Amino acid sequence: MSRVLVIAEHNQDSLNPSTAKCVTCARSFEAETIDIVVFAKEGDQIAAQAATLEGVTTVIRIDHPANEFMLAATLAPQVIELAADYTHIFGPSGTFGKDLMPRVAALLGVGQLSDIMDAETAFRFKRPIYAGNAITTVETSEDHVVIATVRTASYTASEQTGQAVVETRSLSADLPKHTRFIELRGDAENKRPDLQTAARVVSGGRALGSKENFKLIYQLADVLGAGVGASRAAVDSGYVGNDLQVGQTGKIISPDLYIAVGISGAIQHLTGIKDAGTIVAINKDEKAPLFEIADFGLAADLFDVVPELIKVLRE
Amino acid sequence: MTEINKILVCLKRVVDYNVRVRIKPDGSGISLDGVKMSINPFDEIALEEALRIKERDEAKEIIVVSIGTQENQQQLRSGLAMGADRAILVETPEKLEPLAIAKTLMALVNREVPQLVMMGKQSIDDDNNQTGQMLAALWDRPQATFASKLTFKSGTAVATREVDAGLEVISIDLPAVVTSDLRLNEPRYVKLPEIMKAKKKLLETIPLIKLGVESTTQFRSLTTEPPPQRPKGVMVSDVPELVQSLRDRGLV
Repeated sequence: MSRVLVIAEHNQDSLNPSTAKCVTCARSFEAETIDIVVFAKEGDQIAAQAATLEGVTTVIRIDHPANEFMLAATLAPQVIELAADYTHIFGPSGTFGKDLMPRVAALLGVGQLSDIMDAETAFRFKRPIYAGNAITTVETSEDHVVIATVRTASYTASEQTGQAVVETRSLSADLPKHTRFIELRGDAENKRPDLQTAARVVSGGRALGSKENFKLIYQLADVLGAGVGASRAAVDSGYVGNDLQVGQTGKIISPDLYIAVGISGAIQHLTGIKDAGTIVAINKDEKAPLFEIADFGLAADLFDVVPELIKVLRE
Repeated sequence: MTEINKILVCLKRVVDYNVRVRIKPDGSGISLDGVKMSINPFDEIALEEALRIKERDEAKEIIVVSIGTQENQQQLRSGLAMGADRAILVETPEKLEPLAIAKTLMALVNREVPQLVMMGKQSIDDDNNQTGQMLAALWDRPQATFASKLTFKSGTAVATREVDAGLEVISIDLPAVVTSDLRLNEPRYVKLPEIMKAKKKLLETIPLIKLGVESTTQFRSLTTEPPPQRPKGVMVSDVPELVQSLRDRGLV
């Protein structure tokens, strides 16, 4: 029987929905117990949020001043101390989980699975390789604890109908001092729904032509109550920060509605949006590869179409 | 002001990023027959950064490492042509899992005692994104993953990391492991004279067993298949038609 530990991702204020998606993955193979561990500076609120997730048995709260910045080097020795009680330890597949989970696995002397997109059993998983151009089914030895990251775009969040027990613990792990947080620079302009969890996302590409013109994307997003994303080309051209990049090397998202404006659709971008419900492509170039996977394509100049779209949607 | 004695840079031999991969009809994996192979692009960025560090007189020696068969000499020679000083090929016919790769690199770290190990954040074949973090864990040293900027000052490195929330800046003590993201730099083109010069540089081969690393496997790949295809969509002619289509699906 499986006993799963999920590492909570959060920003000290709120729990990232990626955590609830890891819980759904664990529920999909009917784990006997699913616990969440919250490492934080002061984790009372995060732990309370985690306790509402359906399917969770216990939330383990571990407060420590060193947990303010969620550094892999600091967290990994703490995860190790909890590991003995579990058959599986999961983290989300974003940069937080990708940074942490391999470090945890190596400290335990076991391998790690990246980007679980489907669990056929508790020990047999599907994961994407070659930028999502192939899917491989991997079986892992039952003799080892399964350390994995869960591809969050492949799962919906577990409902908030649970009532898990919150248990505060302190650990004795010696925490390294060789890694120090200095600062986090986010996109201060962007107060819109979080790209990774928004139900609707509007993304802009190189065809926008300038940072100034990219405001069109923000306006369209605001009419729709959508999150804002961008192609790698738009990020590299300096129109927006890297935290808005959608694609294989940026964020992999699965909104209900994805509107791509002036994005040709390089393979690495398509990898990031393949799980979206409905994809709309607006591009002047009717040969743009994005039209091949879009549900609705409109081959027209974005500078004509987007203002009109904003106007029609407002009415 | 040289601070770093040696930088070890790991180069993985992968299917070239321009190649459209073909899945074998029997589902046993990806067809590699006659396919162009190259240095993993993220590793190439790591090497470029190491070379720039050396060119700023902040490092003395750049060593490139690859693990695999004699064919990996191609990628090591490319690394030498870019400007690395010498190369090590750890020879094994087996396809090692990331943990075994990290153990192999750890054995080389013990042998070479570098101040810095660099590699790509992930390889573009298996997309694992694990090896650097695993090496840092085995070595009990700091890691800076997804690095998009790297500077050094009195025994520490300051790395800017491309994380989901934006750009995170951390300071780490050396020695350390740094994995590169795309925006760290743009690798140089190699000129013909450098390719000729690279042929004279030292390329040492070490059989894996000589490093005392056991290559246990934990994962078994059962099948490899194409991803599910999205149904073919439709082209709409104007904005009203687009909005109507979205309304029909209850999306706006």
